[in-house]
Amino acid sequence: MVETDNLLKTPLFDLHTALGGRMVGFGGYALPVQYKGIVAEHLQTRQSASLFDVSHMGQVTVTGPDHATTAAALETILPGELLSLKPGEMRYTVLLNDKGGIEDDLIVTRPAEGQAPDGILFIVVNAATKHNDMKLMQAALGDKLNFALHDDRALIAIQGPKAVDALARHSDITQKLTFMQAGPATIAGFYCHVSRAGYTGEDGFEISVANAHAKQIAELLLAEPELEPAGLGARDSLRLEAGLCLYGHDMNADIDPVTAGIFFAIGKRRRTEGGFPGADTVLKVLEDGPAMRRVGIRFDGRLPVREGAELVDADGKPHGHVTSGGFSPSLEAPIAMAYLPASVAALGNPVTAMVRGKPVTGTITKMPFVPQRYVRTLS
Amino acid sequence: MKFSTDHEYIRTEGNAGTVGISTFAQEQLGDIVFVELPAVGTALKKGDEAAVVESVKAASEIYAPVSGTVTEVNEALNGDPGLVNSDPEGNGWIFKLSVSDAGELDDLMDATAYASHTAQG
Repeated sequence: MVETDNLLKTPLFDLHTALGGRMVGFGGYALPVQYKGIVAEHLQTRQSASLFDVSHMGQVTVTGPDHATTAAALETILPGELLSLKPGEMRYTVLLNDKGGIEDDLIVTRPAEGQAPDGILFIVVNAATKHNDMKLMQAALGDKLNFALHDDRALIAIQGPKAVDALARHSDITQKLTFMQAGPATIAGFYCHVSRAGYTGEDGFEISVANAHAKQIAELLLAEPELEPAGLGARDSLRLEAGLCLYGHDMNADIDPVTAGIFFAIGKRRRTEGGFPGADTVLKVLEDGPAMRRVGIRFDGRLPVREGAELVDADGKPHGHVTSGGFSPSLEAPIAMAYLPASVAALGNPVTAMVRGKPVTGTITKMPFVPQRYVRTLS
Repeated sequence: MKFSTDHEYIRTEGNAGTVGISTFAQEQLGDIVFVELPAVGTALKKGDEAAVVESVKAASEIYAPVSGTVTEVNEALNGDPGLVNSDPEGNGWIFKLSVSDAGELDDLMDATAYASHTAQG
């Protein structure tokens, strides 16, 4: 058993242990890596739906006098197009350093009409980086905007094609949101902020709720036949199949968003206007093309090729490395994300990785490895 | 059957030993997706890395619980690595070896001692 005494506990800690979750330390928090098994939980998510505790992530409220002021100020540190955010819209973007390297990836949400005073934006950031993000944001904009990190709120993700059916029995918010939209909902009598988003490639929702009510909301949802609890293990294999980057693995402070292949994190207007940290560097990489590219690889056979594995060229010389890799439960094959020189990073190209001194062959493959099933229009 | 502190087991008949991982170990590792088997004829010293078991989560080395030479490997694991999960101490065995120093078996735990070892975590 993992010693959890020195780890932070989310409001769902007791529920995880009661449900048989195997707890591990993750970003300073005790969280379940699995319940029944990673493969079962992974496939449950793809076929029906799963509930994940993502309360370790940072939930930040940014307050300014009005939307234009708040968004314009944030645009000086984030390359996302935030001024044009409509009420209830969400945007994926990145926090950059002066070299254009990624300090974190995050999602900015403008509250729905009437949900909060104009000038407020919600940001969800990664657990391991949340305190550094706060420091960076406050240092840059603390005199213009107020930043509050909400340790008083939990975050529950329900992900999978049937998550909508389970949630619809408790709230009509499901009929109001498409992918990357958010709004308020009352679930079991409690105020929740619900977004139609997640990080598994499936349709799903993230529910932000006060810590005091999190367990009740989770139990209510887990009582629905579509939903089973799932752990961090399945969350990782799901996001890898979906071709989504994980901070600290597929991106870090030395990698710019163009090289990482997430240029959609830079708004269209921002690509001509610039005005964000490292803009000169990032826009030059965008124009010239990056030296290295993030690629998806499907390996032959069954041997997983994991993070850190070297990729070698035809002469056996290292020319790249795997940043996320594992066994895809949906494809029953090893898949990975890796950085390779742009000159060899074309779809269909052969790849050789070294695992324990032996070559493993594979092919550069289109991502996502498993089709995304986001709901973009309401039926 | 005897167990190592690294959670390998060895079942012996005469000087022929069958090695795999314990039920406890497979539960800890979770879904096994690949087993890298040793080559027949490999001479192993006690504690040498003999095989690698890959779960969805991570790769785990399997060490020789005693010294000996690999005589046979479980080819069935190439097609069905999940046997290590479903029947670790039976059809999910990993390799067989001819034990070169039977005295080393005395250093391993019996089932009762191993149960107590895993209970302490």
